[in-house]
Amino acid sequence: MKSGSNLEKVLEAGHFAVTAEIGPPKSASARVIEAKGEQIGHAADAFNVTDHQTGVVRLCSLAACAILRRMGLDAVMQMLCRDANRIRLQGDVLGAVALGIRNILCLSGDHVKFGNHPEAKRVFDIDSVQLVKAVKDMRDERKFICGEEVGSEVPLFIGAVENPYADPFEFRAARLAKKVEAGADFIQTQAVYDVPKFRRWMEEVCAVGLDKKVHILAGIIPVKSVGMARYMQRYVSGVEVPDEMIRRLEGAKDVREEGIRIILEIIEEVKEIPGVHGIHVQAVGWEEVVPEIMERAGLLPRPVL
Amino acid sequence: MKSVTRQKNLEEIIRMLGKARKVSLVGCGTCPTMAETGGLREVEEMARALEEREVTVASTTVLPVACEPLPDEARNGFRSLLGEAQAVLVLSCSLGVRMVSDYTDLAVLPALDTLFIGREAEPGFFVEECAQCGDCLLGDYAGICPIVHCAKSLFNGPCGGSVDGKCEVDPGLPCGWQLIYDRMKALGRLEELSVIRPYKDWSKSLSGGARRMRIPVPPPEKKSEEG
Ligand code: SF4
Ligand code: SF4
Repeated sequence: MKSGSNLEKVLEAGHFAVTAEIGPPKSASARVIEAKGEQIGHAADAFNVTDHQTGVVRLCSLAACAILRRMGLDAVMQMLCRDANRIRLQGDVLGAVALGIRNILCLSGDHVKFGNHPEAKRVFDIDSVQLVKAVKDMRDERKFICGEEVGSEVPLFIGAVENPYADPFEFRAARLAKKVEAGADFIQTQAVYDVPKFRRWMEEVCAVGLDKKVHILAGIIPVKSVGMARYMQRYVSGVEVPDEMIRRLEGAKDVREEGIRIILEIIEEVKEIPGVHGIHVQAVGWEEVVPEIMERAGLLPRPVL
Repeated sequence: MKSVTRQKNLEEIIRMLGKARKVSLVGCGTCPTMAETGGLREVEEMARALEEREVTVASTTVLPVACEPLPDEARNGFRSLLGEAQAVLVLSCSLGVRMVSDYTDLAVLPALDTLFIGREAEPGFFVEECAQCGDCLLGDYAGICPIVHCAKSLFNGPCGGSVDGKCEVDPGLPCGWQLIYDRMKALGRLEELSVIRPYKDWSKSLSGGARRMRIPVPPPEKKSEEG
């Protein structure tokens, strides 16, 4: 075991894993995090907390993950290259481990332009591939980037993200290979709506044997309304929402129910795709739907290991 | 090299001038002339705009290359041109502003924003090409700078927002990593992109204090000895 986190145990035992995202508040309220943990804590194996997602200031991932750990939940801390340099990032890794956090997700981060402080200076001292490598070297070599020794164990399960829908499509599997070589243990993907295209990407991933080296969790974003689906189709770069899905939602009497059905069908399909070891559900602002979806997908109860 | 500049708006210039009611204008005959921000015509236009705001223009000059030092013998002449002015407004890149500060004790103010070092990709269309990071990586990226052309300065791109050759930050912006990918592919060097790039040494860049460089210069010629 690299970290002994619940997520690692579930994946290593060969179960189909579930991670779920928790959106932190624009406040210093630990209670908000706890309430979400209480509400959906039984419905997934580990909980990601976003870190200033889309460049909006919120309660930070490190603190929120520590709160979840206090409740006995497994947490995935998200770290962005956008907001911190290598000194701060490595220091936060140590802090996270000290607070009992055992999973970390390394991202570049959305550009500050999309956030609530678009005038902020973006950092990008190192990039996400390099951050994965830095954390792996801290864990496996006990070395900081500068080469100095880390004075303790750094048991972490290291994650990264990948978008199967981004361009150049023919380079996406190679880029994933780079993240795996850098040290990624698990990958959470961008939201999957166009299943055939995701399947094609997974075929490429499996063809080069990456499914044997890394656990891939397919991204799932439940859609609440036609407006949300349209918004994602139009404005969220790298998310592909098929027109057919929008038509289904438009024609539905009960849009919420139809949205859940669509998501359940997607889960059913991705479960069967070779190399997919789990799903990552991002229902930020709508976390309460996660237990219902997991129940109906037959993914409850979660394994206790 | 082209320093790409843009004129500040008049309100900001008036604010910088503060109490100074009489100014001299200095333009530059090189990059700002090409960018139409500080050549002869723009200096005259600026003079008229300032006069309309009740600022007297004591003189207007366009230095041939404002970032080159004026020879010592020309500096007195330059100073006398400034006449009664209480401030000097320079329509050049920041290098010119800095140079002019060496010639006078008056307040020297920038009328332009120095945007970037770039090239004129099409007539009238300037594109940034270099952030002067002090350790050029163009050789590894087929001549396309990832620091400048990728909105996240990724060394191991592209990110997940690259779609149809466009950057997620702005659909009008080409994704620098798509450009790098295409060029590397054309050069038959794609497998190099599979190598994890090393951490960047930013200490050679904007990391504290002005960067300096010295090159050997021939000693000044000795005057022939008398007698
Ligand atoms: S790598 Fe550095 S020096 Fe080379 S073009 Fe980019 S910013 Fe300029
Ligand atoms: S879309 Fe391309 S240019 Fe824009 S941040 Fe991503 S990799 Fe960089």
